Amino acid sequence: MPTKIEKDSVTGQETTGHVWDGIRELNNPLPSWWLWTFYACIAFGLAWMLIYPSLPGWRGTSGWIAREAVVADVAAAQAANAPMMARLRDATPAQIAADPDMRAFALAGGRGAFANNCAACHGAGGQGAQGGFPALVDDDWLWGGSLDAIQHTIRHGIRNTEDDDARTSLMPRFGADGMLTNAQISDVAEHVLSMVGRSTDAAAAARGQVLYAENCAACHGDRGEGNREIGAPRLSDQVWLHGGSKPEIMAMIRNPRLGVMPSWQGRLDPAIVNMLTVYVHALGGGE
Amino acid sequence: MFGWLRDHGIIERNVILMAVLTLITISIGGLVQIVPLFAVETTIERVAGIRPYTPLELRGRDIYVREGCYNCHSQMIRPFRDELERYGHYSLAAESMYDHPFQWGSKRTGPDLARVGGRYSDDWHAAHLRSPRALVPASVMPPYAFLDRRLDVSDIQDRMRALRIVGVPYSDEMIANAAADLAAQATPDADPSGFQSRYARARQGAFDSNPAMVTEMDAVIAYMQMLGTLVDFRDVTPAQLRQP
Repeated sequence: MPTKIEKDSVTGQETTGHVWDGIRELNNPLPSWWLWTFYACIAFGLAWMLIYPSLPGWRGTSGWIAREAVVADVAAAQAANAPMMARLRDATPAQIAADPDMRAFALAGGRGAFANNCAACHGAGGQGAQGGFPALVDDDWLWGGSLDAIQHTIRHGIRNTEDDDARTSLMPRFGADGMLTNAQISDVAEHVLSMVGRSTDAAAAARGQVLYAENCAACHGDRGEGNREIGAPRLSDQVWLHGGSKPEIMAMIRNPRLGVMPSWQGRLDPAIVNMLTVYVHALGGGE
Repeated sequence: MFGWLRDHGIIERNVILMAVLTLITISIGGLVQIVPLFAVETTIERVAGIRPYTPLELRGRDIYVREGCYNCHSQMIRPFRDELERYGHYSLAAESMYDHPFQWGSKRTGPDLARVGGRYSDDWHAAHLRSPRALVPASVMPPYAFLDRRLDVSDIQDRMRALRIVGVPYSDEMIANAAADLAAQATPDADPSGFQSRYARARQGAFDSNPAMVTEMDAVIAYMQMLGTLVDFRDVTPAQLRQP
């Protein structure tokens, strides 16, 4: 209990009357800068509650609503880009690539759209990824590398269930469905390796050549040149989508993995599809 | 002006007065937090398409919580233009109305996942979960290859009953068929009629490309692929998005 309120002789300040071991507690007021900042915070909070929709049923005096503000924000950005977007929407990819203004806009916008929508599978620079995600920076195209072919692929995708015009093709499961024995698959793989001079068993490759002509040549071509009409990869180069080792080639013959790409025409503005087309074409392998 | 504040000694010396004033102060803080909850129903938009999670998605969501995915991934697209351009339409309250607990999160070491559904293929998710850096070299996400193990489905009905207690509208029929629905969603060739009648527009598939076994990977990918896909924003009117 406080004993005696008295003035401190040094500071002239009143004490609280609390004494511990002869030490007396001064009753200093709160520093005025702190006190006034505290009151200012309260005033700010009350003003904020008044201006903004802070309580259930209270819309605020400003009428500001985040959901309406963002709509206006998006509309302003779209309006700013509208003239160019309208041109990009109506132009063919070839016209965009030929027009310096449209091309510059498409490359800059395509870069952003690519990073957001395509980079997860095809890599930030279009370098592709292991496991069947094709590189877009080289000239080894599965479905064609012309502007029109790229546009079609982006619009409709590949082997998806959502777009009737999606590019599609099916490689039989030669091993899983018992069309070829394991030994035969090994021979075919040896023949495929012989196309790029990596076969180590000439006899097996010769046996595989017969099987290849019967089973594979219709799609992949007599000399493994591939067929872009049906997305059959070229086998006679050193570019492998699912790995170029013999076990990996055999696994693909046994039970092929067929890549899927979504259809983008419903998700992206047609102008953005055109921008992506020009951007991907310009990555290095465009034809 | 504030001279009366110097008399705090009166409060300090009177324990009853101290208790009453403490109670008033705490009550103000409590009311500020509690009262708005009575109006929470009015903030949920009336949009079509929201349904409870399928049993497989529910297990995927439980694994998402178990692995602490929310520590790095938010599920809340805020109403800013930059977020809309990257992720899509801002998140609605209705889209997490059956989340207990919600997974809005507050930290984005990785990207927001509120609308990741349908954005990537199942194969991409499986490859990315097994080895994130194989697909995204700059990623700091740990690998989750161990999810390729059998999914424990023994307690799926209990999990659904627990959610029903807190307001998720699982019907008796849904709970009775939980195990069958879970298997049907993970099997591409299974008869979809019963499953589809209970969970509209839910997608069936061999999410991890192995239809022979239902794995934790299947569950997580099924959950990923439905995130943000329930509401078709082409059918939503601006009036529906106005919160009172």
